[in-house]
Amino acid sequence: MSASPSTHTALDRGGPAQPLLLLSGLKKHFPIRGGLFGATVATVRAVDGVSFAVRKGETLGIVGESGCGKSTTARLLMRLMEPDAGSMVFDGEGVGQNAQTGGITLKEYRRQVQMVFQDSYASLNPRLPIEETIAFAPKVHGISASEARGRAHEILAAVGLAPASFARRYPHELSGGQRQRVNIARALALRPRLILLDEPVSALDKSVEAQVLNLLVDLKEKFGLTYVFISHDLNVVQYISDRVLVMYLGQVVEQGPVEAIYDRPAHPYTRALLASRPSMDPGMRRTEPPLTGDPPNPINPPSGCRFRTRCPFAEGVCAEREPVHSALGGGHEAACHMAEPGSGHSQTGRLAA
Amino acid sequence: MSDVMERPVTATANATPLVRLRDLSVRFVSRDATMHAVNGVDLDLAAGEVLCILGESGSGKSVTLRALMKLLPKSACVTGGIEVAGRDVQAMNERQLQDFRGSDVAMIFQEPMTALDPVFTIGQQIAETVVRHECVSRAAGMARALELLELVQIPSAKRRLAAYPHELSGGLRQRAMIAVALACKPKLLLADEPTTALDATVQIQVLLLLRKLQEQLGMGVIFVTHDLGVAGEIADRVAVMYAGRVVEEGPVGAMMRGPLHPYPRGLLGATVHGGMRGQRLTTIPGAPPSLEALPTACSFAPRCAEAEPACLAGVPEPRSPVPGRSARCIKVAAG
Ligand SMILES: Nc1ncnc2c1ncn2[C@@H]1O[C@H](COP(=O)(O)OP(=O)(O)OP(=O)(O)O)[C@@H](O)[C@H]1O
Ligand SMILES: Nc1ncnc2c1ncn2[C@@H]1O[C@H](COP(=O)(O)OP(=O)(O)O)[C@@H](O)[C@H]1O
Ligand code: SF4
Ligand code: SF4
Ligand SMILES: [Mg+2]
Ligand SMILES: [Mg+2]
Repeated sequence: MSASPSTHTALDRGGPAQPLLLLSGLKKHFPIRGGLFGATVATVRAVDGVSFAVRKGETLGIVGESGCGKSTTARLLMRLMEPDAGSMVFDGEGVGQNAQTGGITLKEYRRQVQMVFQDSYASLNPRLPIEETIAFAPKVHGISASEARGRAHEILAAVGLAPASFARRYPHELSGGQRQRVNIARALALRPRLILLDEPVSALDKSVEAQVLNLLVDLKEKFGLTYVFISHDLNVVQYISDRVLVMYLGQVVEQGPVEAIYDRPAHPYTRALLASRPSMDPGMRRTEPPLTGDPPNPINPPSGCRFRTRCPFAEGVCAEREPVHSALGGGHEAACHMAEPGSGHSQTGRLAA
Repeated sequence: MSDVMERPVTATANATPLVRLRDLSVRFVSRDATMHAVNGVDLDLAAGEVLCILGESGSGKSVTLRALMKLLPKSACVTGGIEVAGRDVQAMNERQLQDFRGSDVAMIFQEPMTALDPVFTIGQQIAETVVRHECVSRAAGMARALELLELVQIPSAKRRLAAYPHELSGGLRQRAMIAVALACKPKLLLADEPTTALDATVQIQVLLLLRKLQEQLGMGVIFVTHDLGVAGEIADRVAVMYAGRVVEEGPVGAMMRGPLHPYPRGLLGATVHGGMRGQRLTTIPGAPPSLEALPTACSFAPRCAEAEPACLAGVPEPRSPVPGRSARCIKVAAG
C-alpha cells in the first residue's frame, strides 16, 4: 500500500474507524405525470430508505435486478441529483454543507468522489484526444495545462495505455476495453478517494473483463482507493468485493461480508438470486427455477415486505409489517421476518442461529 | 461432473443432419473496406440437438445465424453450402423463403421488440402467423395462440392474448416472442442471445423453459451466447468461434472440463466464477484482430502464449484427437 506522494494528496480526516461515506435514509421518488394538467398520477419509489456505510479502503459491491434502484443510488451518491430525504456524511463531514457548519462543499466532494459508467463510448467526448479528456477536470480545478497533461500521461501509463501511442487517439480509435481504461483514467485524474463503478465491465468481453478487473485491483492498491462496485454479475461482485449489499425494489434487503452473503445468504431473495446463476457444469443443471415471475414495479410496491409476492416463505405477517434489519453477527444483516426473533413468522429462529 | 447429462451424439453417418453448413463465408463489402466476418464455417446439427455458438463480440456468431435464414443485408457476399432440413437455403427465392421462415426455421432475439410488432396484440401476431402458414381460420389461429401462450407459461394467458407488447414485463415479452417463433412448430429454432438482457432470476426461467420446449417439441436449436454459464445450462454441443472461424467444437461437458484450443482455454480461465477471490485473473492479452484482411495464419497467434513460427505458416485445419471433438490448432493431436 505505498501510495506515492505525487499521486495521493487527499487527507484522511476522520481516521481509519470513520467510514469514508455514510448514507442514511436516502430516498428518491420520481413523480409520474399524466392527465390534462400534468398532475402526478403515480410515484416511482426508485430509492426508498437506503442506509449503508462505505468503509475506508474497502470494495463495497451492490447487486440486484434491473430497476431495483442501483443506478439511482449511484446518482444520489455522486450528487448528480438531490435526494428527497436522507443524509450523506463523507469522512465525518456533512456533504453539501460549508466549512463553517462542519461540512464539505459539493465542489470538494465531487473532486474526492468519481464515477465510471458502463457505456464506455457515451461517456467520452468523441472530438477530444483522450489525453485532453483526462486533463480536462484537473484544468477546471485550476491545475496548469502542462501539469495536467503530464498527469494525464502518468495516469494513462498506470491504466496500461502507453502514452506515446495512445495519448493523441480519439475514442473511436480504441477498443471497448481500452475506452473503459480511459474512463478509469479520467476518474483517477483528480486523485479521488472514492470511485463509484456502475456496471464497469458489463459491456466487455470476458477476456477483456478479466484485464479490467485486474487493473482495478492494482489501481486500488497503488492509489489507496475505496470502491463502490455496482453490478448485476454475481460472480464478478463476489470476486471483487469485501462487503456486499443486496437491493430489491428500492431497498437494501441484506448486507454483510462477502463470505457471509455468498456462503450463508439469509434473505430468501439473496438465496434465489445466487441460485439463479447458470452453471458452467452441465452435470449441475437445474430443472426448476428458484423464482417465478419478474421483479414487480417500484410504482406500487407490495405492502409489508416488498419481496412477499415472490417469496416462497411469505406468511400473513409479511404483508402486515415491513421487516426490520436484523443483525446476524459479524456485520451481516437481513431484512426478513424469519431473521427477527419474535416477529410472528413461523420460521423465525431458523436463520438467527 | 458426469457425462450422464450429455445426450449421445444423435447424428449417425447416414442420417441427414437438420443443418449442414459447409465452408460458409460472409464478407461485407463497402466502398472503403471489406469485412471478412465469417471465414469458412462447417457445422452440422442433428434434429433435436442443441448447439451453442460461443464467442466474443464480433466473432461472427450472429452473422452465421442470419445466414442460415438468409437474413443478411444485400451488402453481404455469402458463399458456401447452407442446407436446412434438406433444402438449399441459398437457392431459395423470396416466396420459398417466406414459407421456409416460420414453418421450418424461426428466430428469437435479445431484444424482443425487434421481433414483435408494437401495434398488434400478442394474440393477433401469433394468430396471423398461424393463419398465413397453415391456411386455417382466424378462430383456429386464436385458439392456437392461446395454446402457445400457455405452452410458454405466460400466466393469465387468456387475458394476455389482448395485450400489446409494451404492456408486458421484460420476461413476459421474451416468452411472447418465443410463442410467436413456435407458432408453426419449426424444426429449427435460432436463438441470438435471447436471455442476455434479462435479470438473473428471469434468465434462468427462460433458459429452463427453452430447454423444456426443445425436448417436448423435438426441435433443433442453435443458441448464440457469449456466456459460458448459459452454454453449460442448455447446450448438447458447443462451437467456439474466433475471428469468423470455429476454432473448437465438441460436447459441452468435455469442452468445459478440458478445452483443446488455447482460445477457449484462455476464455475459461478469464471467466470469473465462485472461489476466485484474491486470485489474480488469468487474461488473454490484447484484443481480437481486425477482420479487414482475410487471415492467412492462425488468427489467435498474436494473443496465444503457445504460438510458434509454424502457427504462421497457414490457417490450421481442424484436428480431431477424439471422435466428436475438433480444434483448429497445430498443437492438437490429429488423432
Ligand atoms: N451489415 C454489416 N455490415 C458490415 N459489417 C458487418 C455487418 N454485420 C456484421 N458485420 C461485422 O461482421 C463481424 C461479425 O459480426 P457478428 O454480428 O456476427 O458478431 P457477433 O459474434 O454476433 O458479436 P456480438 O457478440 O457482439 O453480437 C463484425 O466485425 C461486424 O462488425
Ligand atoms: N428520471 C427518472 N424518472 C422516472 N423513473 C425513474 C427515473 N430514473 C429511474 N427511474 C426508475 O426508478 C427505478 C430504479 O431505477 P435504477 O436506479 O436505474 O435501477 P437499476 O440501476 O438498479 O437498474 C426504475 O423503476 C426506473 O425506471
Ligand atoms: S419477510 Fe416474509 S416475505 Fe419477506 S423475505 Fe422474509 S419470509 Fe419472505
Ligand atoms: S495454432 Fe499456434 S497460435 Fe494458433 S492457437 Fe494453436 S498454438 Fe496458438
Ligand atoms: Mg443501472
Ligand atoms: Mg451478435
